[in-house]
Amino acid sequence: MEKTDRPLLIVEDLSVNRPGAEVLRGVNLTLWPAEVHVLLGLNGSGKTSLALTLMGCAGYTPARGRILFDGEDITYLPVNERARRGITLAWQEPARFEGLLTGDYLALGVRGDGNGGPSVRERVEEALRAVALAPAAYLARPVDQSLSGGERKRIELAAVYAMRPRLAILDEPDSGIDVLCQDEIVRLIRRMADEGTAVLLITHRDEMAAAADQASLICGGVVVKTGDPEEVRAYFAQRCRPHEESLGAQPWEVRNGDAYKGVVTQRVCQ
Amino acid sequence: MSHQVLQPRSLLTRRDPAWARDFEAILQAYEAAGGKVSALQSDRIASAVISGNRVLFVNEIPGVHIEAEEIPTGIRAHIRLDPGTKVEYPVHLCFGMVPREGLQEIIPVFEIGEEAEVGFLAHCTFPNALDLRHVMEGVIRIGPGATMRYTEAHYHGPHGGIQVLPTSRVVVEEGGRFENEFNLTHGRVGRLEIRIEVDVAARGVAELTAKAYGLGDDHIRIEEVIRLNGPDARGLTKTRVAVRDRAVGEVYTTAEGNAPGARGHMDCTEIVRGEAVARNTPVVIVRDDEARVTHEAAIGSVSRKELETLMARGLDEDEAIDIIIRGMLR
Repeated sequence: MEKTDRPLLIVEDLSVNRPGAEVLRGVNLTLWPAEVHVLLGLNGSGKTSLALTLMGCAGYTPARGRILFDGEDITYLPVNERARRGITLAWQEPARFEGLLTGDYLALGVRGDGNGGPSVRERVEEALRAVALAPAAYLARPVDQSLSGGERKRIELAAVYAMRPRLAILDEPDSGIDVLCQDEIVRLIRRMADEGTAVLLITHRDEMAAAADQASLICGGVVVKTGDPEEVRAYFAQRCRPHEESLGAQPWEVRNGDAYKGVVTQRVCQ
Repeated sequence: MSHQVLQPRSLLTRRDPAWARDFEAILQAYEAAGGKVSALQSDRIASAVISGNRVLFVNEIPGVHIEAEEIPTGIRAHIRLDPGTKVEYPVHLCFGMVPREGLQEIIPVFEIGEEAEVGFLAHCTFPNALDLRHVMEGVIRIGPGATMRYTEAHYHGPHGGIQVLPTSRVVVEEGGRFENEFNLTHGRVGRLEIRIEVDVAARGVAELTAKAYGLGDDHIRIEEVIRLNGPDARGLTKTRVAVRDRAVGEVYTTAEGNAPGARGHMDCTEIVRGEAVARNTPVVIVRDDEARVTHEAAIGSVSRKELETLMARGLDEDEAIDIIIRGMLR
C-alpha cells in the first residue's frame, strides 16, 4: 500500500441516533487511499450503521460529528453526491430489482473512459469474472429473486468493482458465500486496493483481517481499538468472541437480547 | 360491409393512393410502437394490418386462417388455427388509428384447434390520439392441449386523449394453455379499462400479465378473473402498475379454485408517486377443499433500499426511480 500525505476519509466524533438507540457514539476512524481497512465487531455493534452513515442513507443522519472525504465535509451530502465523489457501498443484504438485468445493473456506475481503454461492456464482464461469475451466464439475468443469496452478493461486489470507486464500503461481503468463493473475494479486495480503491471491509469474521492493512474494532457503537490487523484480530478473538459464543449466534433472540445489549452497549468485556 | 383477404403480393401491386397513404401511416405508427415492419413483409409470417375500420393487409400461412370483415366502426375478425398446427413465428397483428379522433371497434374470435400452438404479437398504436375510443370485444377458445400466447403492446402518443376498453372472454379446454401479456408502458395511457375472464378446464393453464405506466390524469383499471374449474387447473395473474402525478391505478383480480388440485396465485405490485392513487382488490374464492388460491400485493413508493442502491452508483433520485419502474414494467 502506498500512503499519501492526506487521509482519504476522516470520521470525527460521529454519533447517530436511531429510534430507541444511539447506534454510533463518537466514532473516530481514518482511512488512507488504497488501504484495506477491516472493521470487526459482533452483530449489533454498529458496523452496518457506520456503513449506512458513511454512504448517507436515509435515517442515518449524524446527530454529532463530521465526515471528511478527501478534505471535503460530506456529512450531509445525499447518497448520489457521495457516489459521484467516489464512495460506494455493497449492502450486506443487497436489494433485488425486478426486470433489471445484471449487465445493465453493473453498467450503471461505470463510465467508459473514451480514450481507447476498456469499454463499459468490457469493464462489466471483467467485474463478473472477478467474482467468479461467467459473463455469458449472468449478463442477461435479472437482479431479482431468481438469484441465490450468494449470487446476488457476488453481483453486488462486481457492481462496486466495476465502478472503480475511490472508497468501497463492503458490508460483510463474505457472509452467505461459500468458503471457496471467500478466497476469491479476498483476492478481489486486494486487487481493488492495488488498483487504487480504499476498502472499508466490514465483517465479524476475524480471519478476514488477514486481507487488511489496518483494522478497527467497533463495540457498542464506539471504535474501541484501531491498529495492526493481527493485534486487533487477536483482541477481537480473545475479548469479544467469548461473549458472542456465550450469547449464541442470534443475539436478537429474546432470551439473550438484554444480555447481548449489555455487552455491546456497555462493553462489559472491558 | 366488405370482406377482404389480401395476400402479400398485393402489398407490392396495389396502387390505390388512399390505401397506400393509410398503409404507410399505420406502418410508421406500428414501428414507433415497437413493431417490425419486416415481419409484415414475410410470406412465412401470418399477419394482419387494421387501420380504423379498414383491413389494409392480411397474410395467411398454412394452418392459420384470418378472415377480417369491415364494419362501420371497426372490424370483425375470425382467426382460426387448424388442429395440430405449430406456428413457428408469432402471428403479427397491427391495430391502430392515425387520425386524432374517432372510434375503432375490434371484434375478434380466436379459435385454436386441438394441440395447436401459436403466439400472437399485437401492436395497437394511436400516435395522434386526442379523442379516440378503441374498443375490443374478444372471444378466445383454446382447444384441448392447445397453446396460445398473446402479447399486446400499446402506444397511445403523448396526449392521453384516448380510451382503450378491451374485454376478452377466454375458454381454456382440457390441457390447454393461455398466456396473455398486455403492455402499455410508453406514452400516455389516457383511460384504460381491461377486463378479461378466463375459464380453465382440467389441467389447463392461464397466465395473465398486465403492465401499465400512468401519468398526468391517466386512469388505469385492470380487472382479471380466472376460474379454475377443472381438476389440477392452474392460474396466475401478474400485474405491474406504476402511477405518478394525478394518475389512478386500479387492479381487481379474482381467482376461483373450483376443483380438486386447482392452484391459483395473484401477484400485484403498484408503485405510486406524487398525488397518484393505486388500489388493489384481490378476491379469492375456493369451492373445493383440495384447491388452493393465494395472493400477494405490494403497493407504495419505490423501496428506499433499491433507490439508495442505485444512488450509490451515482444516479440521482429521479433516474433511479425511473430505472426501478422501467425494470418492474419490463
